[in-house]
Amino acid sequence: MDERLILESIERYIRGEMLPEERKFFEDLRKSNPGIDQLVVEHTVFLHMMEKFGDRKNIKSTLQDVHNELFETGQIKQSKETKVRRLWLKYRKTVAVAASIAAITALAISGITSYYAPRTPINQLQALNRQYSELARGQKSINERLNNKLPLKGPVPVETEIKGGTGFMIDPKGYIVTNAHVIGNSTIVIVQNNKGQEFSTRIVYINAAADLAFLKIVDSSFKAPAVLPYAINKGNIELGEAIFTLGYPRDEIVYGEGYLSAKTGYRGDSLTCQIAVAANPGNSGGPVLDKNGEVIGVLSNRQEHVQGAVFAIRSKNIFIALDDMKKDSSLNSKIDSSLTSIHLPQTSTVKNLDRVQQIKKIQEFIYLVKSY
Amino acid sequence: MTTDSTEQELLRGLAANDRKAIETIYRTYYSMVQTLVINNSGTSDDARDIFQEAIIVLYEKAKSGSFELHAQLKTYIYAVCRRLWLKKLAVYKRFSGDLANARETIATEDDLEIFEHRTKDFEMMEEALQNLGEPCKELLESYYIRKKNMSEIAKEFGYTNAENAKNQKYKCLMRLKKIFFGHYNNNNNS
Repeated sequence: MDERLILESIERYIRGEMLPEERKFFEDLRKSNPGIDQLVVEHTVFLHMMEKFGDRKNIKSTLQDVHNELFETGQIKQSKETKVRRLWLKYRKTVAVAASIAAITALAISGITSYYAPRTPINQLQALNRQYSELARGQKSINERLNNKLPLKGPVPVETEIKGGTGFMIDPKGYIVTNAHVIGNSTIVIVQNNKGQEFSTRIVYINAAADLAFLKIVDSSFKAPAVLPYAINKGNIELGEAIFTLGYPRDEIVYGEGYLSAKTGYRGDSLTCQIAVAANPGNSGGPVLDKNGEVIGVLSNRQEHVQGAVFAIRSKNIFIALDDMKKDSSLNSKIDSSLTSIHLPQTSTVKNLDRVQQIKKIQEFIYLVKSY
Repeated sequence: MTTDSTEQELLRGLAANDRKAIETIYRTYYSMVQTLVINNSGTSDDARDIFQEAIIVLYEKAKSGSFELHAQLKTYIYAVCRRLWLKKLAVYKRFSGDLANARETIATEDDLEIFEHRTKDFEMMEEALQNLGEPCKELLESYYIRKKNMSEIAKEFGYTNAENAKNQKYKCLMRLKKIFFGHYNNNNNS
């Protein structure tokens, strides 16, 4: 028999397509011929494999079909997975390690820094002197010149810092007290009274520790008053006491009202006290007076970012500073004969006046201090 | 736990390569698998491959007739996909995270072994057919897979009569069997 015919018969036999007699004949042939039998077994395996192979191909193509169709009709949504996310998924382990190292390094550095750094208290005090607008104007004109490429002819205004503050007279001979930080490193200090008269002064003594500075008006146009209307308080102060201030946060004298809110200053500083009053740059060096017209302090600074925490140097420090000045031997050479005879006013002549009258009398002894 | 009647119906439909049933399966379970794969360092293409492989496992099990599902379909598909994806991750050498530590809900090891064995056989068959070249490949696929009869095939391929087509088919078949059984016996004996 032709081998091809045999194979076709085997296929028909396996598929059960043979008629009963033919099937009987073929089964007999299988039994008598081991070669045929072997072929039947082998071909059964093969056909089975082909069958399954076909099935797998069909189901695969159906699945792919369904997948595409469901996606196209939007019945299945692709979850949003961007390139970034894919990269993240791929590298998240690395990122985690890198981030940990960064965090550890940062912690270590900050730890070392804080361990070795000197422990200085953070100064959150803002000195209440003011920067003068002349400076800004001066710089502006320089900038304009530069921008317009004008030749820089003549002397360029020297960029000295002009500081402004307030000061008040403590002796009719022309002695004025203000804050040391109002003067700073300046050498020329000019004072201006509430009428706009300017007087040149000499810096007599600066006590940086107490933040106090003493000036003396050395101007021929200055007429010494007979007596000062206010006194300098030497004694105690009481919590809740009403106070008022006069100062030059701008070119005009400005009045402020408040109360004594604490007997000590910033971080428990006993040289100063805390007052609740509106104070702005320029108020520095101004007097803090009580209702009797006695100076109880010199307004100096305020705590930054804290509402209503203004500090004033207690007036008794003026006495102490004056005593120090008189003792300071280095000053002896250039000492003014009048220096030793400074007498702080002890009695207030405005004691029983109302506030408006008090201010009228006091204001002419309050000066705008400009230091160049 | 026995599966309810709808799931049984779905399985019957799947075994019969019924498009409706397959669509239902797709709609019901695909997003679960997609979430699983994408949340564990995979892409949406990975998700598609994994899901389709799992459905083929299910299909071949359902088709074998002796199939009894002892868990919910959802649980079974999830378990199969999880295993398949872990294997892929091991191949990609990607970070598998806590997926590997998650407790296995049901054993799918045996099913997957059968599946992989078959997949290997089929790959061999595919390769053998590829090596035959045309028209042998097409001729054999038309007859054995698409189940066309010889006179149809003769017409399609342009043979003058079915007898010539049968002759050609026979030659192709012998070559295929030789290649395939060569591989097959080698692989199964080694």
